[in-house]
Amino acid sequence: MANRWKNTLTERDITPEAAYLDRRRFIGAGIGLGLMGLAGTARSETLEPNPWEDITQYNNFYEFGTGKDDPARNAHTLTTDPWTVRIDGLVDKPGEYAFEDIMNAMTVEERIYRFRCVEAWSMVIPWNGFELADLLAMAGVQSGAKYVAFETLYRPEEMPGQRFPVLKWPYVEGLRLDEAMHPLTIMATGIYGKDIPNQNGAPLRLVVPWKYGFKSIKSVVRITLTDTQPPTAWNTALGSEYGFYSNVNPQVDHPRWSQASERVIGGGLFARKQPTLMFNGYEEEVASLYAGMDLRENY
Amino acid sequence: MLAAKLNGWMRHIPVWAVWLVALLPVPALLYLAATGGLGREPIEALEHELGEIALKLLILGLCITPLRRFFGINLLRFRRALGLLAFTYVALHLLVWLVLDVQILSQIWADILKRPYITIGMAGFVLMIPLAVTSNNLSVRKLGPRWVKLHRLTYAAVLLAGVHFVMVRKGFQFEPLIYLAVIGLLIGLRFLPKQSRRVSKAVP
Repeated sequence: MANRWKNTLTERDITPEAAYLDRRRFIGAGIGLGLMGLAGTARSETLEPNPWEDITQYNNFYEFGTGKDDPARNAHTLTTDPWTVRIDGLVDKPGEYAFEDIMNAMTVEERIYRFRCVEAWSMVIPWNGFELADLLAMAGVQSGAKYVAFETLYRPEEMPGQRFPVLKWPYVEGLRLDEAMHPLTIMATGIYGKDIPNQNGAPLRLVVPWKYGFKSIKSVVRITLTDTQPPTAWNTALGSEYGFYSNVNPQVDHPRWSQASERVIGGGLFARKQPTLMFNGYEEEVASLYAGMDLRENY
Repeated sequence: MLAAKLNGWMRHIPVWAVWLVALLPVPALLYLAATGGLGREPIEALEHELGEIALKLLILGLCITPLRRFFGINLLRFRRALGLLAFTYVALHLLVWLVLDVQILSQIWADILKRPYITIGMAGFVLMIPLAVTSNNLSVRKLGPRWVKLHRLTYAAVLLAGVHFVMVRKGFQFEPLIYLAVIGLLIGLRFLPKQSRRVSKAVP
C-alpha cells in the first residue's frame, strides 16, 4: 500500500538539507518561475520546503506551552523511548505496538506537504513517514469501523502545559475511516530525513495535509477504531470555531478571522500573504471524499 | 514615612524620562523583528508585543488613583504621560496590524465589522482618540468638570482592551484572564464608597 501518492520532488528520494537550500537559491534567482508557470495542477506544482529552523522553532504544541517558541524550548523533557502505540477498538489484532516494531513493518517515504494552520499561517514540510492505512492494515480493520480516534500522550511531569486546563487533556483527534485510509494521510516519523524532533510530535504523529494543522495530532499513543464519531480536542473546547472536519477551506472563515489567505512562515517582517487553496491544494485528491456535503455546515 | 519619601524622590524624576524609558522598546522591538530576534514569524510577534505593552501602560495609568488614595503615593504628574504612551503603543499596534498583518484594504474594513475581537479592539482605540486629543492643559481648563467626565472613557477603553486580549487567545488561557481581572479590580476600586473618612470624622 505504500507509495500510493507522489509529489514532484520525490525523484530525489532522500534529499539532504543542503540540496533543499541550493534549490531555494535556484528558485530565488527566478529560474524556477518558468517551471511554476507551467504548473496546472496542485500535484505538479513545485513546493519549496521551509528551512529546518522554521519547522522546528515555530510550533503549536500546547502540551509544552501556548507560545510559538515554547515547544522548542520545553519539549526536550519528553521521553520518546520506549514508546508504544495502543491500537484497539474494532480491529482484529488489538494490542500495544512497540514503536520499533511498527517502524520495522512500515515503508517510510518522503512526503513534501503544505501545512496550513487554522491560525492562517503555513509552511511546506518535507515529512518522512508511512501511510496510516498501512498501520491500520497491520492491526486489521473490522468491517463495522467507521471512524479512527487518536490520542496524544498524557504525562504532565514531562509535558508542563498539561498542568494548565488550556484544553481537556489528553489531546484527542479523529478522522472518518475513509479520510484515515486516504493515501495522503500519513504517520510522520521524520523531517528532512532526520528523526522528528519532540516539538513536532515525536516519535510519531498524524499528518493530514488537507486539514487544518490541529487535526494532525502529535506524539500519538493510542489509535482506536470506532463506529461512532469520536470527540476531538478543539471541537470539545470550542465547537463553534473548530469542527470535526476542519478541512482547509478559503471560503469558510473562522468566526474570528478570515481563512481566505495565509502567511507563509519565514518571509520576515514584510512578507506578503498568499491565497489559501481549497483543501490546502489537495482538492483533486480529496474533494470526492466530501461529495454532496455542505462544507459550510460540516466545517 | 515610606510614601512621603517615595513622593519626595519621585519629584526628581522628570516626565520626559518616563517618555524616554517607555519608548525604548519601540526601536528595540523593530530591531529584533528585523533581525530574527522575535522568532520565525516577526509580524504577529511584533503586533502582540506592542499590544501587550499598551495594555500594561493602560493598567499602570489605572493604578495612579488607587495608589494615592490607599497608599498616599502621588504619581499624578506621570498619569498624562502614561495615557499618551499607551495611546502611542495602541496606535503602533494598530499600524502593524494594518500595514504588515492584514495588508489587504478590503479585508481591513471587513475584519473590523465581522470579527468581534477586532471590533472591540477598534472601539477601544476610537474611545482613546478624544482622550489623547484633550490631554493638554488648555483642554483641561476649557472643559472644566466636563474634562473629568470625558476622561472616565478611560475605564471603558481599558476594559475593551482587556476583553480584546482574552478574545485573541485560543483555548482557556490564564494570562489574558489575569490582565482582565486586574483591570476589573482597578476599575472596581473606583466604586468603593469614599465615606470611610467622613465616618471617622463624625465619630470622634
